[in-house]
Amino acid sequence: MHILVCGGTGCHASASNQLLENLKEQVAEKDLAGEVQVIATGCFGFCEKGPIVKMIPDNTFYTQVTPEDAAEIVEEHVIKGRKVQKLLYRDPVRKEIISESKDMGFYKKQLRIALRNCGLIDPENIDEYLAADGYAALGKVLTEMKPEEATKVLIDSGLRGRGGGGFPAGVKWEIARRVQGDLKFVVCNADEGDPGAFMDRSILEGDPHSVIEAMIINGYCIGANYGLVYIRAEYPLAIERLKIALNQAREYGLLGDDILGTGFNFEIEIRYGAGAFVCGEETALIHSMEGHRGEPTFKPPFPAQSGYLGKPTNVNNVETFANIPVIFNKGAEWFASIGTEKSKGTKVFALAGKINNVGLIEVPMGTTLREVIFEIGGGIKDGKKFKAVQTGGPSGGCLTEKHLDTPIDFDNLVANGSMMGSGGMIVMDEDDCMVSVARFYLDFTVEESCGKCTPCRVGNKRLFELLETISKGKGTHNDLDKLRNLGEVIKDTSLCGLGQTSPNPVLSTMDNFWDEYLAHIDEHRCPAGQCKDLIKYEVVAENCVGCTACARNCPVNCIAGERKEVHFIDQSICIKCGACFDKCKFNAISVS
Amino acid sequence: MKKVKSLADLKKMKEQLQSRIALREKSEHPDGIIQVKVAMATCGIASGAKDVMDFFITNLEKRNIDAIVSQTGCMGYCYAEPTIEVRLPGQDPVVYGFVDLKKADEIIEKYIKQGELVDGIIPVNYKTID
Repeated sequence: MHILVCGGTGCHASASNQLLENLKEQVAEKDLAGEVQVIATGCFGFCEKGPIVKMIPDNTFYTQVTPEDAAEIVEEHVIKGRKVQKLLYRDPVRKEIISESKDMGFYKKQLRIALRNCGLIDPENIDEYLAADGYAALGKVLTEMKPEEATKVLIDSGLRGRGGGGFPAGVKWEIARRVQGDLKFVVCNADEGDPGAFMDRSILEGDPHSVIEAMIINGYCIGANYGLVYIRAEYPLAIERLKIALNQAREYGLLGDDILGTGFNFEIEIRYGAGAFVCGEETALIHSMEGHRGEPTFKPPFPAQSGYLGKPTNVNNVETFANIPVIFNKGAEWFASIGTEKSKGTKVFALAGKINNVGLIEVPMGTTLREVIFEIGGGIKDGKKFKAVQTGGPSGGCLTEKHLDTPIDFDNLVANGSMMGSGGMIVMDEDDCMVSVARFYLDFTVEESCGKCTPCRVGNKRLFELLETISKGKGTHNDLDKLRNLGEVIKDTSLCGLGQTSPNPVLSTMDNFWDEYLAHIDEHRCPAGQCKDLIKYEVVAENCVGCTACARNCPVNCIAGERKEVHFIDQSICIKCGACFDKCKFNAISVS
Repeated sequence: MKKVKSLADLKKMKEQLQSRIALREKSEHPDGIIQVKVAMATCGIASGAKDVMDFFITNLEKRNIDAIVSQTGCMGYCYAEPTIEVRLPGQDPVVYGFVDLKKADEIIEKYIKQGELVDGIIPVNYKTID
């Protein structure tokens, strides 16, 4: 029997480490070490209910397991063969217990290719990766294929870059392969910066060898002998596991000189980033690795012509790399049979926001937003109404009810005014104000703009100020025109992808929620009740019973009133935090 | 330190290591595979069920038989411990009692390999609900 314990960052934060130790201790104490193995794996994706424990072979899926539950799991499940009922997953809608992951709505529609080994193998043990067909693709490519043949396989598979732009990965390799150069580099972009997206981190934490293997294949195809992983220093667990994996690969001779006796040499180093969003852009990333400021430069020259240290360089994202070994194992045709006409394979999404099942999911391209949000995501929290879903992070836009049945792929998302980005998906309900959402993303871009080109540095700041004016109820129709014009100009004239896409959240919310902008301007009203300057909390005299709950919870003591008498809010002191509204059990606080 | 020096080395290593995670991969489709459940409650363990289970795990692997061996709770036949349940694909499960290592060997060779019933079957007198 195997007990798999999730060792991703999310579950780690909920003490899965201690749980792992406790389980091992219990197993040893009961003298079952020969029969039961306790293994830490990568992320299962169901972060909403972590820490996750999966029992093999009966596939029982335990959720929200605490270190104290270890004894009960071993005593009841392992020894007596009875499932621990209180730890089983309960369907949020139908309220029934589901004991196996394959029956859960969250997993039913998923197809895990990039995440295939996450939650299956121990990421700190190369033997488990080898057992799961690891390095078989590398063996095949190095011994049976010429670089051009292997590159052709990738072109035929139709794999597109998963970092945001969706450029065909095989074509990128082919360009880098054709460029002449004595020294070439392979770079893995692990500078994941979209708010809410964490798939790259999870892959590096759960299956680091798949990225290493793909980088070596990449090196062989384009004629490079050096690889660099650019990763943000704020991912300590991913860095640690990657280091362990690199050392193990070196020990096994799968990295270094004369790999598998073929005479091909490849070495990989790690470079740390300080977590600047702009460094996800490949030219900025390369400059940062060279020790320069993380600022983008104009393309061309593309990195394939002049990249790291002026040498031909191929940059791919973590998730892109993680797909590659499987493509060589199962063939380009297999991969191309999954997905839509122009977007092949699957995509990992980080589901977040007002959704029941927050977590990491992987679905075939062409799955609809409705399936992702309502079937896998389990619908909107607290039975509220769906309003919008933000995809593509600060570069993307908001999609609404009318887009729910759109099959998700690179081109459809762009056609609808958003983009794939790296796969963040933030779901919003009726309580979210779209002007505030646009302002939030602009705030992020203003913070993260490197400041090199004027449209991005100054333009985004102005966009942000306009949005602030509107959310204070002081905007005019002229401001709306300015927002649109300025947005278009920034898109057209910025140097890199950051500026070229930063007005998207504004433009797409204007397209889809025009009424909401008008309400802020014409009626000085925030329909969602979010913009603090436009709302007012008041006591509804006829409902107030004088329970004092509001007064006791008010952080600024602006509510006055005697017990059992109607209370009163002093508007001059009120900071509109909404604490009174949340605490009142008698509907005696109104928002207007 | 193990070095993987060639493709042949890599393939050999994979074969040797496969069993490490085979259980996890197989458990996704348990119906098509031989399942052996060993009753491992207190009475079973006291009568030597642990040794029997270890025997099944190592020997099924050694004899290249694809199977899932797992422990289960008390089946209720405490007079006949250790007891095991064997389920061949597409067949009803069969429960054997008084399984010592010799019996275990016989069960693998005759029942699991050839489908021939051997002595020691306990008629199943219960139904389980899922």
